[in-house]
Amino acid sequence: MSVKIVIGLDGTDTGERALAFAKDLASKMDACELLVIYVIEWSPFTFQTAEENAKRHKRREEEIDLAKTRIVDPAVKALTDAGYSASGIVRHGDVAETLNRLTVENGGSQIIVGRGSSDGFTKRVFGTSTQNLVMHADVPVTVVG
Amino acid sequence: MNKTSTFWLTALGAAAASSPLAAQEAVGIDARVNEIFANLTGPFVNLIFAPFPGTSFPWIVMWLVIAATIFTFYFGFVQFRFFKHSVQLVKGDYSDPNDAGEVSHFQALATALSGTVGLGNIAGVAVAVGIGGPGATFWMILAGLLGMASKFTECTLGVKYRNEYPDGTVSGGPMYYISKGFSELGLPGGKILAVLFSVFCILGALGGGNMFQANQAHAQISGIVGDYPGWITGIIFAAVVFAVIVGGIKSIANVTEKVVPFMGLLYVGAALIILIVNYDKIGWAFGQIFAGAFTGLGVAGGFVGALIQGFKRAAFSNEAGVGSAAIAHSAVKTKEPITEGFVSLLEPLIDTVVICTMTALVIVISQQLIIDPATGNYVLNEAGTAIATVDGNSGVSLTSAAFASGISWFPYVLAIAVVLFAFSTMISWSYYGLKAWTYLFGEGKTTELVFKVIFCIFIVIGAAASLGPVIDFSDAAIFAMAVVNIFCLYFLMKLVKKELGSYAARLQSGEIKKFTH
Repeated sequence: MSVKIVIGLDGTDTGERALAFAKDLASKMDACELLVIYVIEWSPFTFQTAEENAKRHKRREEEIDLAKTRIVDPAVKALTDAGYSASGIVRHGDVAETLNRLTVENGGSQIIVGRGSSDGFTKRVFGTSTQNLVMHADVPVTVVG
Repeated sequence: MNKTSTFWLTALGAAAASSPLAAQEAVGIDARVNEIFANLTGPFVNLIFAPFPGTSFPWIVMWLVIAATIFTFYFGFVQFRFFKHSVQLVKGDYSDPNDAGEVSHFQALATALSGTVGLGNIAGVAVAVGIGGPGATFWMILAGLLGMASKFTECTLGVKYRNEYPDGTVSGGPMYYISKGFSELGLPGGKILAVLFSVFCILGALGGGNMFQANQAHAQISGIVGDYPGWITGIIFAAVVFAVIVGGIKSIANVTEKVVPFMGLLYVGAALIILIVNYDKIGWAFGQIFAGAFTGLGVAGGFVGALIQGFKRAAFSNEAGVGSAAIAHSAVKTKEPITEGFVSLLEPLIDTVVICTMTALVIVISQQLIIDPATGNYVLNEAGTAIATVDGNSGVSLTSAAFASGISWFPYVLAIAVVLFAFSTMISWSYYGLKAWTYLFGEGKTTELVFKVIFCIFIVIGAAASLGPVIDFSDAAIFAMAVVNIFCLYFLMKLVKKELGSYAARLQSGEIKKFTH
């Protein structure tokens, strides 16, 4: 039976380390699928001007396209070229919540992420997305430092 | 330019104009602007507010209330039956998480509210209560509750018939649903009516969405820093608005959009504190509201005067039936246009039934309105047109004085709130006006720039003109939009009913489900 491992990328070096760790783990398994997920931080409860709303759909498409071409597609290609079975997803939403939901929906058995990259006031008050994921995930989470 | 520098520049301008010669010249400019403005807009205002023959009842007020009542009955009290569902939609219970990143129901509601919650809630209510007495509040609440159905109708159509352009941007509003809806029903005249609506929308954007805001913001600032010519405030406001809508300095708009909701909460919080401190007078205040609603308690025009003021102010504040919200709500990406109708019906509730009532209660409880102890009726001013107040205040200064009686430093907070509300409403209405303008003259940088420059010029005129002509023109322009919009809604409402029937059936059968997060 194939095992599906989810790798959460955030476009930073820690994401790259998570990717390297997932490859290493997958190489030790007989059948393993890798699912690369990039979540664009987004809250439906922010305030916007009417003009921003009118252009929002266009912006969303641009954001997804950018995340695909710059982060997810190169990662998936690198994995595929190395002989792994890999695919990618880009979504908007709360990073921890969305990563967990997509993992469950796609039958992932564990999540590998890099250590959080946010700092300062936000981190002190709300914690990082990684901390939130570890606290609320429905599957095991490996945090790569 | 941030708000602090705006204030300092305003104060400096006031100081510069304080020399006798400069002051005389400045007042001369104000008076000239005011006279020209009053002469130009007079006939238009008179037409919109013409009374029914033999009465003092303006036909336009009845037009709005009858429409809201008809929509309420036609859709089977949709504002009450689907109230819980509306709240669930705003919370995102029915939003597909895979659509995240699109404009949410909450965002569309917040954007539309930032265009409506503002001076209508602060200054408009003071005008209504100052002329129509506490009884005006009762009619304002009633108009707010009925107006929820009007808002539901227009915003559903706004999403259903919006234009989606190849580049992914959207444009919607009455001008689009009138022309497309009439065409779908095989009715003639859709294009002409859409053009007529657009003309009135541009006037509304320049009136209520612009001049009224500039005027009252100036009144509030000069109340704190001392009297000085309005054109100074106007030029500063115009420069900041110009920087945002023409210069594209989004940071100013972004800061405003984030600060305004907090100012709104602060305003409601302050009102609640005053009401809690004066809890023993709340019963009396409601007594005044109910008694005034049916007897007038001595106000000009009796209870009909209270009714007219209440209905007028509610319509001006929540804009139900006017069509402006349909422009704001049409940006939502949804498979079910009617869901945006449900969300939009919360607007008059928040704007009028909650916030306006808070303002009215604070004014009544603060006892700024003078009562004759012998009769229990309100005392009229010398002209006999409004209730006499303790310091002769009216409009925003009456609200300010009422809040100051409970929290002495609150006028300073209110001044900042008024400036921010005014600014935020101007930015919203510059967009509504622009959409109507581009509907008439086509999309394009030059045509857009022409409208934006005109919009900024009207800010200066609004700040310089005295309150009377500005309020009259603001009301007339907004209500003129409602004349065309409501006329067309009567023909288009069957399309909304069809949507409502289909959606309600699928919701009941469980076909439309909540998404679990």
